[in-house]
Amino acid sequence: MNWIAVASIYRFEMARFFRTLAQSFISPVLSTSLYFVVFGAAIGSRIDQVEGVSYGAFIVPGLIMLSVITQGISNASFGIYFPKFIGTMYELLSAPVNFLEIVLGYVGAAATKAMFIGVVILVTAHLFVDLTIQHPLAMVLFLVLTCVSFSLLGFIIGIWAKNFEQLQLVPLLIVTPLIFLGGSFYSISMLPPVWQTITLFNPVVYLISGFRWSFFGTADVPVGLSLLAIAFFTSLCLAAIGWIFRTGWRLRA
Amino acid sequence: MSTILSISDLRKSYADGFEALKGVSLDIAEGEILALLGPNGAGKTTLISTVCGITTATSGSVTVGGHCIKTDFRAARSMIGLVPQEINLEPFETVLNTVRFSRGLFGKPRNDALLEDILKKLSLWDKRDNQIKELSGGMKRRVLIAKALSHEPRVLFLDEPSAGVDVELRKDMWEVVRELRESGVTIILTTHYIEEAEAMADRVGVIARGEILLVEEKSDLMARMGKKELEVLLTEPVTAVPDALKMHDLRLGEGGRSLIYTYDVKAERTGITTLLNDVAAAGLVLADVVTRQSSLEDIFVDLVSGEAA
Repeated sequence: MNWIAVASIYRFEMARFFRTLAQSFISPVLSTSLYFVVFGAAIGSRIDQVEGVSYGAFIVPGLIMLSVITQGISNASFGIYFPKFIGTMYELLSAPVNFLEIVLGYVGAAATKAMFIGVVILVTAHLFVDLTIQHPLAMVLFLVLTCVSFSLLGFIIGIWAKNFEQLQLVPLLIVTPLIFLGGSFYSISMLPPVWQTITLFNPVVYLISGFRWSFFGTADVPVGLSLLAIAFFTSLCLAAIGWIFRTGWRLRA
Repeated sequence: MSTILSISDLRKSYADGFEALKGVSLDIAEGEILALLGPNGAGKTTLISTVCGITTATSGSVTVGGHCIKTDFRAARSMIGLVPQEINLEPFETVLNTVRFSRGLFGKPRNDALLEDILKKLSLWDKRDNQIKELSGGMKRRVLIAKALSHEPRVLFLDEPSAGVDVELRKDMWEVVRELRESGVTIILTTHYIEEAEAMADRVGVIARGEILLVEEKSDLMARMGKKELEVLLTEPVTAVPDALKMHDLRLGEGGRSLIYTYDVKAERTGITTLLNDVAAAGLVLADVVTRQSSLEDIFVDLVSGEAA
């Protein structure tokens, strides 16, 4: 393993993040606060407890997931698309690194950024609602796994994308609807029975359910299933990336 | 000298059927400077990209320092530095960080003293904390060179290093290249500027339409293919080459003020004495006599157009 290369890519990518630290910090804090004002205070005041938790607190795990998933995807897709766009990809392709090292560097950095945003939102949420985390270790595990797996997905999108429009396409058309329909702001038990079944095909449901379980001890689907789903999704992404680097798809002429 | 880079029957066809490399074989000795000349689309960049791992060869093999670029890509690529033709740099990063990144990417531990030395040689040290986007085009090209040198390559590819670079910087760059050669680095450069090849190269390779037409010592090439021109300047212009001089196969110079005679440097008899006698006999008065050696450029144009014919 060329660990120096992994560290170099990671540092280089994190430098981009630190250059725009204020933006990286302010935007999640602001949007989280808005969600709390709209959902927590305005709508939440009319909703009783959901599964024994106040609505304001109930939406916290979903909100964090919403942000880390979109952040993971956008950070990783941009991180690998940008060198393609400005042409610095040549250096990566001509360097003595293998795909695992490139992925570790880029996805590691993207996941770190997403995790940072997740923590910022958690802290912000504390200002609005009372939160106790019942299974902190599981919470960290779910957070890390989600950040990593969706950064992997973002990495694939970044390699696939041929222009900035395509870079936005998958997050906008697929991921955002999946997150919103994945129970970020409600328990799927609140849906009509038909939709409850349909929802089970949405992978995000398992993530949010597991993550919420780590906070409140209640879940829409069994926790083991949540972990299995996320492990399956991660290995799917890894296999796709492995194939991409073996064939040079959209990377090497 | 031992061979450091060995290319054998390298072929590259693209999906649309275009054959960019048609079985290129080339051995490059350690420590030499090879200039690859060729018109646009000849396959120069494809050749470099394939050796460096940016494009995948359709068939053929390449070894760098004895390491196969496919099976032993780490060892092979570690030895190679690439200065690409296009100026591709992360615009928002600083010069020093960009160069440091390159060194790290190639698995070399941090060495700020070395980077300082490289940046100073390329007159970039004062700009080390500037963002790349603040630099001029010439400066950016130097950053590309600094990046390639940062990981101490044994083989350096310079793809059109002088494109869009002013004369001053070009001279500086040649100086850096010479120093590198003295330290034992093997250099392969592609160029449109024949003067660049003439000034720096030990050997010259000519590539056109994906094939190497020749690879030869520069001096041999010049001697073998070099022609000399003798220009006889006249005091009074003439409208045509006088009949008495027809047998010498002369060309009329600009405005009829001179007669131009082309001869082979290596020929036993150049025919100059006879020509000059005949010129005097024809009643023409000489103002001056000039001789010119044909440049690599003429040789190159002859070769490539000869191939096209």
